[in-house]
Amino acid sequence: MTKSAAFRTPLTGWTAWPALAFLAVCWPFTTYAAGAEWELERANNDVADIASLQRGARNFVNYCMGCHSAKYVRYNRLASDLELSQDQLVSNLMFAAGRPDETMRIAMPEADALRWFGTAPPDLTLIARSKGTDYLYGFLRSFYLDDSKPTGVNNRVLSGTSMPHVLWELQGLQRAIFEEMEREDGVREQQFVGFGTVTPGTMSADEFDGFVRDTVNFLEYTGSPEQLDSRRIGVWVIVFLLVFLILAYLLKNEYWKDVR
Amino acid sequence: MSSVRVDAVGGRGAQLLRWIDARFPWSKLIKEHASEYYAGKNFNVWYVFGVLAAVVLVIQLLTGIFLTMNYKPSALEAFASVEYIMRDVEWGWLIRYMHSTGASAFFIVVYLHMFRAMLYGSYKNPRELLWLIGMCIYLALMAEAFLGYLLPWGQMSYWGAQVIVSLFGALPGIGETLVEWIRGDYFISDITLNRFFALHVIAVPLALVMLVVLHIMALHETGSNNPDGIEIKEQKDENGIPIDGVAFHPYYTTKDLVAIIIFLILFAGVVFFAPEMGGYFLEHANFEPANALKTPEHIAPIWYFTPFYAILRAVPNKLGGVLLMGSAVALLFFLPWLDRCKVKSIRYRGWTYKLALGVFAVSFVVLGILGTLPAVSLYTNLARIFTALYFAFFLLMPFYTSRERTKPVPDRLVYRG
Amino acid sequence: MTDEKGLSRRHFLTVATGITGGVGLVLAAIPFVSSFRPSARAQALGAPVEVDISKLEQGAMLRVKWRGRPVWILKRSPQMLERMLASATTLRDPDSDESEQPEFAKNQYRAQKPEILVVIGNCTHLGCAPVERFEVAPADLGADWVGGFYCPCHGSKFDLSGRVFAGFPAPTNLVVPPYRFVGENRILIGDDSGVAV
Repeated sequence: MTKSAAFRTPLTGWTAWPALAFLAVCWPFTTYAAGAEWELERANNDVADIASLQRGARNFVNYCMGCHSAKYVRYNRLASDLELSQDQLVSNLMFAAGRPDETMRIAMPEADALRWFGTAPPDLTLIARSKGTDYLYGFLRSFYLDDSKPTGVNNRVLSGTSMPHVLWELQGLQRAIFEEMEREDGVREQQFVGFGTVTPGTMSADEFDGFVRDTVNFLEYTGSPEQLDSRRIGVWVIVFLLVFLILAYLLKNEYWKDVR
Repeated sequence: MSSVRVDAVGGRGAQLLRWIDARFPWSKLIKEHASEYYAGKNFNVWYVFGVLAAVVLVIQLLTGIFLTMNYKPSALEAFASVEYIMRDVEWGWLIRYMHSTGASAFFIVVYLHMFRAMLYGSYKNPRELLWLIGMCIYLALMAEAFLGYLLPWGQMSYWGAQVIVSLFGALPGIGETLVEWIRGDYFISDITLNRFFALHVIAVPLALVMLVVLHIMALHETGSNNPDGIEIKEQKDENGIPIDGVAFHPYYTTKDLVAIIIFLILFAGVVFFAPEMGGYFLEHANFEPANALKTPEHIAPIWYFTPFYAILRAVPNKLGGVLLMGSAVALLFFLPWLDRCKVKSIRYRGWTYKLALGVFAVSFVVLGILGTLPAVSLYTNLARIFTALYFAFFLLMPFYTSRERTKPVPDRLVYRG
Repeated sequence: MTDEKGLSRRHFLTVATGITGGVGLVLAAIPFVSSFRPSARAQALGAPVEVDISKLEQGAMLRVKWRGRPVWILKRSPQMLERMLASATTLRDPDSDESEQPEFAKNQYRAQKPEILVVIGNCTHLGCAPVERFEVAPADLGADWVGGFYCPCHGSKFDLSGRVFAGFPAPTNLVVPPYRFVGENRILIGDDSGVAV
């Protein structure tokens, strides 16, 4: 429909109401929906789960930090938040970096990255805040074989991604299965129905999901590390305010007794 | 009778007070603006948003000052400096979340405060100037919010500024020159960021504070309106005190304190548990650094601008959209003169105004929702309908208010204690 | 009677609300006040500095920066030490009782190893940077000068251990920062954990 045609056929008042009801219902859910092609599975991660964060940190350092930095994350802060000792930090998470008070930077110069991938791998500190954990959980599990791509794989969540399937040894290789189906408007087209395993990986599907969940959990932590503190403090702030409220309310009633 | 004053001030305190009063009108100020400022005793919940706006202003000024101590207004460092505040500065995250939440809270309370004025005719004679000053505050607030939104230098900061600044380009003749003048460059750059920073932290806050002082002075000159829309000054007792009035202090100070604490509980709920508010207070795409080569997939202004943004998008013509959006704000200035009805409060007004105000409120909210959604044709059509209703509220107002069938207004306030 | 009771209740509630509000304001001030403290980045930048002194010759001095302040590392020759001990008669605080140094440096050498002096190069008077004057009996400092540090701002004089001479404005000896040897010729400035007294 062209713009002018749309302008000539306004909805009448009463037909707008169901649409409005629809809007009201959808409103809270629209935030990440834009752009995603199909329903993303929930990551169901829990930032309060320290063990999961520790595993996620290890995964991140081993599999992501070859190309991606987390340049706003300081190692020693990470250690204290994840309840790791200085020794555990140095021996498990710090391979390249010099000092524990440094941030999680990487050595790869941007120029090299551009040459190898055609695009610089983004810093991942805030990726969970900009993309959402469900998106990342979906993305990391949705690589499939595609010979037309230079990396040999494509991705269902971010089609045409220049990122190779870094976790293929763990997940194995899968292909995307398409079936010809009829759309609501009658047009027939190839639709994605699921993945099929080509080569099994070293992990079972459940193990791999857990691996990705831990990694995504870690990324949610790096995006907003303050949330571990803020929820705990917030409870006390609100408890204090409630006590204050009771006193203030009694005081107000006490004075307003005068008013008739 | 009236309040029993507890004067805990000892001899020395009283002496000091006398010493000050001989040199500065301290007691006089307290009397005029608090202990002997009389307001109708029937204020309902709609009357708390003014004081809440003042509370938010203080929060914004205070947290803003502390943010400037660590923020760097440069295109290279701005984004990183915000993360520095969020991570490396002790409690920086709290100060920043208070400021970002405060911005939205400001608009929530100001919108409700303005709607209160529309419910009870607070803009009418003799309070027209009070309303105009308030509208200036609202304009300054929009400018302040817009300027501040560029500072984190995220994708939404960048592209939001790009879109809004481009609006000025629609003005015939001077448009492009004006846009260049605003940016100080050929694109939204370090230079733009630097000047937006200066305006955001000094110029506009200064104007805002001065306007708020004027607003309160004008209010205390005319006296506060009330839910019955009756001038309490017209019924005074033998001491010249309005019979239906109560002293602002201690009656409204204690009552407002209750409102302030309830507000702070809600505010803390957002700050500590949901600072992003699902992407409405802090937009997801803004956690990606500004990139002049890539527009985010779905670009929408922050929620408090979306009603006007929806009006802008509803018009299939650049200049037309800009003009319509501008007039959507400008019409509010004329409210005291568009409304011909002598009766102030909605309690005693006719069904026509009640209906019109309801339609206006619904239109504003729906336009706000539509402004956050992608511009597909269904939404654009809806936006056109509600834009029409929004404007009808104002433009038809002289007609439906001049022959309004109102109820009789009582002489005294209705108060159920 | 009821009026009086009402008044005391009112008074109590006013005080209780006032105190709670005051406590709230103080608690709310904590984040703002704390935000002034050195940030994690400032702490990282202020972390201990490791210095290699293998190339430092006897009688020579090395300047490094730690936490934005000049730190001097002076390798004293046996002759310098000898001269210094012989002339230590008019010091204000010869045993460093009132001066600032790690416990292990509270001796006449003000050092862990007698030949290596590590001090912060800011005069304890008003923070100027004294200059090194290691020559013996120069014209301007007098015949009894056996080498030391001289502050050009207000004339304070220090010996080769950074101890201030009496009769000059500087109140205490030059500050010795925390440090430790992490190898024969490597010093970590800013950290003295594990150094025996």
